[in-house]
Formats: sequence, structure tokens, C-alpha cells
Amino acid sequence: MSLHATTSQTVGPYLHIGMTWLIIDKLAPRKVAGERISIAGRVIDGDGKPVTDALLEIWQADARGNYGKPGFRGFGRVATDAKGAFKFTTIKPGRVAGPGGQLQAPHIAVNIFMRGLLKQLVTRIYFADDPANAEDKVLELVPAQRRATLIARQVGKRGALQWDVILQGRDETVFFDC
Amino acid sequence: MAGLGSYRRPLPGTQPDYLFAPYASTLKRAPTRPLVMLPQTLTELTGPVFGRDEVKPGDADLTRQHKGEPIGERIIVSGRVLDENARPVPHTLVEIWQANSAGRYPHRTDQHDAPADPNFTGCGRVLTDNNGGYRFVSIKPGAYPWRNHPNAWRPAHIHFSLFGPAFVTRLVTQMYFPGDPLLPYDPMFNCVPDEGARQRLISAFDLDTTIPEIALGYRFNIILRGPGETPMERKS
Repeated sequence: MSLHATTSQTVGPYLHIGMTWLIIDKLAPRKVAGERISIAGRVIDGDGKPVTDALLEIWQADARGNYGKPGFRGFGRVATDAKGAFKFTTIKPGRVAGPGGQLQAPHIAVNIFMRGLLKQLVTRIYFADDPANAEDKVLELVPAQRRATLIARQVGKRGALQWDVILQGRDETVFFDC
Repeated sequence: MAGLGSYRRPLPGTQPDYLFAPYASTLKRAPTRPLVMLPQTLTELTGPVFGRDEVKPGDADLTRQHKGEPIGERIIVSGRVLDENARPVPHTLVEIWQANSAGRYPHRTDQHDAPADPNFTGCGRVLTDNNGGYRFVSIKPGAYPWRNHPNAWRPAHIHFSLFGPAFVTRLVTQMYFPGDPLLPYDPMFNCVPDEGARQRLISAFDLDTTIPEIALGYRFNIILRGPGETPMERKS
């Protein structure tokens, strides 16, 4: 028997009612091993205005490159505030298997939900200055001049990273179809 | 990924595009550059698991979250979560949210001049059982106006959020009610050309799950993306 996936619909403007009971902005309790990082940014629409009603979900491996091991679920969920800003703290993920069995560069998968999106946007966060980026098979699929939109950069002290989501325009974030 | 297989692509016409002009909010939020095709790697083929400690039995009854009972027509919304191969999706998190019976959300941005209901928040969640089954008790949500176009009204609906086993099975959708006269006018309901796909967003009235003298039953099955022709490597 073959069925077809239910049609996606927008979360709408009142997503907070159903989804913010589970805000997880600190993904890694103190005992979890790994390099501590924080990722902060803003979501900006096609008019350059902050998106104040977005929700981002994070999915990542632990520092050794394993998904869903006991002690570190690797799932986060944050909403944007009145300035379109979001922030979460976690550990830098390790490398996981990728296309052709080659290891991928460390990355975080992100699903983005908001009013005006009939289905979620899919993107990834990579890390500036990670030498593995140069051989990452997914980054290779992205036009070179757009790769920077996927890369979190250090701002201020060590481990404090910035990564913005630009929905439209010249600096539009790369979104994936998977 | 060798050995892992992958999830199916959607049947054309059954999933919305990002840009859909009749839904005005898409205009400034839909991507304008081509999407990059992403191979399904371990990242996309895995996903978070939620436990019984996070979801309590009472979370599935939206009529018992306050001191009094909410105003409105009591309903039982139940169904099964299956994948595209008709296999049940057990122990997966289902979240719902909805307006009260007057079409009002308890949300700072809802300006609709309709009564709030102090006994109704409109938020629920449950984990599916071994057979992918779920069940909520609620009240029937009201229609409400929005400013998408002149005299625009959303048909009564319940928002559903589901995870499934993988990052790529994540789904947020809306359930509608049979016979709603607003459906032909609603851009969201009509966001895909496939008539069958639209019809599958409408729940079915169900006398079997209707509780005599208590609540009307509606059935709504949800299908998540399933593994394609290459069999998935299954972990026991």
C-alpha cells in the first residue's frame, strides 16, 4: 500500500501557543563533553525587517559525531524575539558520515517555521575556519559565492558565534531541498 | 548514503511551493534563489526522540487545563500517524494548537473582537501509541477573520506538528472540518493543486469515536514521509 505525505501547512502567527512549551535553548548540560559555543542571530525578511514570529529547530550530533546518544539528544528549539533575534548554546558537533562514506564537516541542521512559510525552510550551520569545510560534499553543492551564508562566525569572545537567516535578496541564506 | 536508503520525494502537486501569491505573507518570506538539492545524509535520516517524562497524559485533554470547562462543542480528535508505506509511526510527538470556540487565540497579536475563554488555552500534545494512534479531547475551534484579502476568514482548523523518525519527516499541517463553507475561499487550504491532497486535510466525522451525550468524534490520519524503494536499514 502506498500513501502520500500529508500536505504541509503554515504554523501561522500563533505558533507560540502550541510550540513554546518546549523551548530548548541550552542543548548541552554541563556534563556533556565538547567545545562550548553559543549561536546568536536574527531572521530578516525581504523588506529587511526582523521576523518576530519565527521558530528555529536545531538537530546536531555530539562532539564525537553521534546522533541521539544518551545524555545528549542534540535537539533544540528557539523562537525569535521582538527584534527578530534568537540565541542558543550547545557544543560544537563532531563529524558525521556523509555522501560516499566521506565524513562531513561539523554542521548543525536547522528547520525554520514561521507565518508565511507553507512548509519549513531547511538550512545548515557550519563553522568558520574549520579545515573540514574545504572537503565537505554538501558545501560543494552550494555555489561558492553563497557558502558564507551557511557559516557561523566568531564575534567577540571565543565560542560566541553569529549566524543570521536572510530570507530574501542579495545575501539570501542558502536553503536546501531534501 | 550507502545502506541507509532515503525518504521519498513528494508526489507532484501534493506539497506547497514556498511562494504562493494568494497567501500574501509568502511574498516577503519565500526564498527567491533556487533551493540546493541536499542528499539525505545521516543528519537528515536521524531525528530527536521525546519521552513520556515530557508529555503527561492530561496534555491530550484541552478541556481540562483550567478550573472550569471551556465553552464550545466538545470534540474527540483521533487518528493514526502512518508513513507512506502505511506503517504506523509509534511513540512520536504530536503537538496541536487551535483557537477557542469563538475563533480567538490567547495570543498578544490576536486582535479579533471575539470573546476570550479563560478556561481554554488551545494547546495539547501526545505521543502516539504502538500503532501510531493518537487521541485528543478538545472543543471545536471557531472560524476567524484575517487580513490576507478583503473579507478573509480562516475555516475552523487545528494546527498539528509532528516529528516522525527523521529530520526529513518533520511535518506541520492543519486539520479542517467536513462541510466547512469557508474551505473554497481559503488560500492555505488551497495551496496545492492536487484535489486529493487537499481533501486529505479534512477530518471525517466519526460516529464510532463519538461519545454519547458527551462529544463528537472526528478522525484525522496523518501521513509522514516514508522510506523509498531502497529498504531502510532498520535498527531493532
